[in-house]
Amino acid sequence: MIIEGAVMLLKDENGDLLGDIDTDMIFHNRHLAITDVNEMGKYALGNLKGYEHLPSLKGKVQILIAGDNFGSGSSRQQAVDCFKALGIKALLVRSVGAIYKRNAINAALGLFTIEGTSDGIVRSKDGDRISLDTITGDVKKDDGMIGRIAIPSGVQMDILDAGGLFEYGRRCE
Amino acid sequence: MYAGSTSGGIGLELSMIEQIISEHSKDRVVPGGIVWMDIDLKTARDFGGANVVGHMEEQYPNEPVADPERTFFTFDTVVPAKTIPYAENQHIIRRFARKWGLKVYDVDAGIGSHIVIEEGLATPGATMAGTDSHLNILGAVGAFGQGMGDMDIAFIFRTGKTWFEVPRTMRVAVEGRMPRNCSAKDLTLAVVGTLGSKGGLGMSMEMTGDQVESLSLSGRITLASMATEMGAVCALIEPNGEILEHFRSVNGEQPQNVPVHVPDYLFEREVSLDVSDLEALVSMPGKPDKVRPVSSLGTIEVDSVFIGSCTNGSYEDISEVARIVEGTRIHPRVMAKVVPATRSVWKRLLYEGKVKTLFDSGFIISNSGCGGCASGQIGMTGPGEVQVSTSNRNFMGKQGKGDTYLASPRTAAASALLGRIASIDDLGVGQ
Repeated sequence: MIIEGAVMLLKDENGDLLGDIDTDMIFHNRHLAITDVNEMGKYALGNLKGYEHLPSLKGKVQILIAGDNFGSGSSRQQAVDCFKALGIKALLVRSVGAIYKRNAINAALGLFTIEGTSDGIVRSKDGDRISLDTITGDVKKDDGMIGRIAIPSGVQMDILDAGGLFEYGRRCE
Repeated sequence: MYAGSTSGGIGLELSMIEQIISEHSKDRVVPGGIVWMDIDLKTARDFGGANVVGHMEEQYPNEPVADPERTFFTFDTVVPAKTIPYAENQHIIRRFARKWGLKVYDVDAGIGSHIVIEEGLATPGATMAGTDSHLNILGAVGAFGQGMGDMDIAFIFRTGKTWFEVPRTMRVAVEGRMPRNCSAKDLTLAVVGTLGSKGGLGMSMEMTGDQVESLSLSGRITLASMATEMGAVCALIEPNGEILEHFRSVNGEQPQNVPVHVPDYLFEREVSLDVSDLEALVSMPGKPDKVRPVSSLGTIEVDSVFIGSCTNGSYEDISEVARIVEGTRIHPRVMAKVVPATRSVWKRLLYEGKVKTLFDSGFIISNSGCGGCASGQIGMTGPGEVQVSTSNRNFMGKQGKGDTYLASPRTAAASALLGRIASIDDLGVGQ
């Protein structure tokens, strides 16, 4: 599977990829009573200082790039669904919380960990268009390699390919 | 007993999480591999539960849950509902539960993860999934609980199983005995401070050492509850005689397939820390893993205190606070709130006169539940407000816009009395 799109990098004041972005920063607990996915997008990153404007970029960003321990904290599915509601197709992160990883895969939101330093990925500019190859792990910009992602395991890739856990479950019946 | 059994993994024996998964899967259990795993207890809370019901009705219309006897809901986040959307969500759940004959632990029951231990449902070696990211608290009794999103839980409701990536196992060896003025929360914060927010990322941790083994059930709950704040899948503690006796007395039978810690297992990583010189600790605002001794802080005036949560809402935790504050009044500037974890904890505190003690000292005592963490059932903090909280998370904005320090119930009690962040040592002899 090839995933393409424009990137937005979540960085700290030193220009490093921002780590420890927890689920309350992604989708704050005051919005947890929302059950309609379409209503969730406008609150994405609403509690992450400097990035509260992400919803205003709906349709202009398809790939988010962040640092270590992305999605730590709560099990809320909304922290994944809010990105899907904005048309985000993939997240590239240094590492990810275990529950968040499950939730993303089950919702067929591509979540990939960056392998090695992959400096080219980190040096990308907001708005750059890149592509990810989920079979080879190659990440490219303008046909040039800028880094690599870890290739998801079989079941995880099957769920992504199926379009989510429920669809995957039906294929297995 | 599992020691000596053959593993497909990295050693000749199985780690505790591998023992548990092996009992619940037909697949080969290899660290990093993916298995399909049976889930014994399937739950959802008022948070996330309505989304689970929505998925069930959309994806599996008129199809029953796989195992109604062991599928239930726990309302513990916003109890009773303080907003119309939460009230609506809770009632969506009640209607679904009535339709399919599922039990609801309603708004008076308390925190689900504590209830399943109290009632003997989550036995050592059991598996449980729910929409509570601190469900791994069950590591306190050698069971595996996993918080999951609403899609996962709906799939588990319908099928009784889930895919699972077998975590690698690390050992955390706690050396020495902590001084008497320290508590399980200080020990826990020491571990969190040592490992950091990513120190257990994706791992199952086995907590060992004499100090860990001597912790009560309440202390074990505190320690296991903060695995999530280290990025770990879970922190498992081998059940001792007290834990096994709890389940034997509640269920009338000895737990079976109790996982054991295998010292010779080839752990992915080993971390040790010595707690012989431990002192009262806090997590600084915004960072559970930024841990500092109370004695190093200087004078920090406190506006509010929260005592409760799945980490420190047990009978032992709150009765200790009552003992410390008995016969005194909290500082006039401080608003102090207590939320017992469950209704049975509330009842015991009430019947033993400890609710009166806390009330007379100036505490607000609320309905049992999660309290401070989820949508501020017991109130949020405003900008500039300094709060001392016994909960497990103080990410910026989570409990409001103030500065929240995480601490033990003892430190929270001392801080409430003195109006500044303080340890019980600051209260003087006799405390």
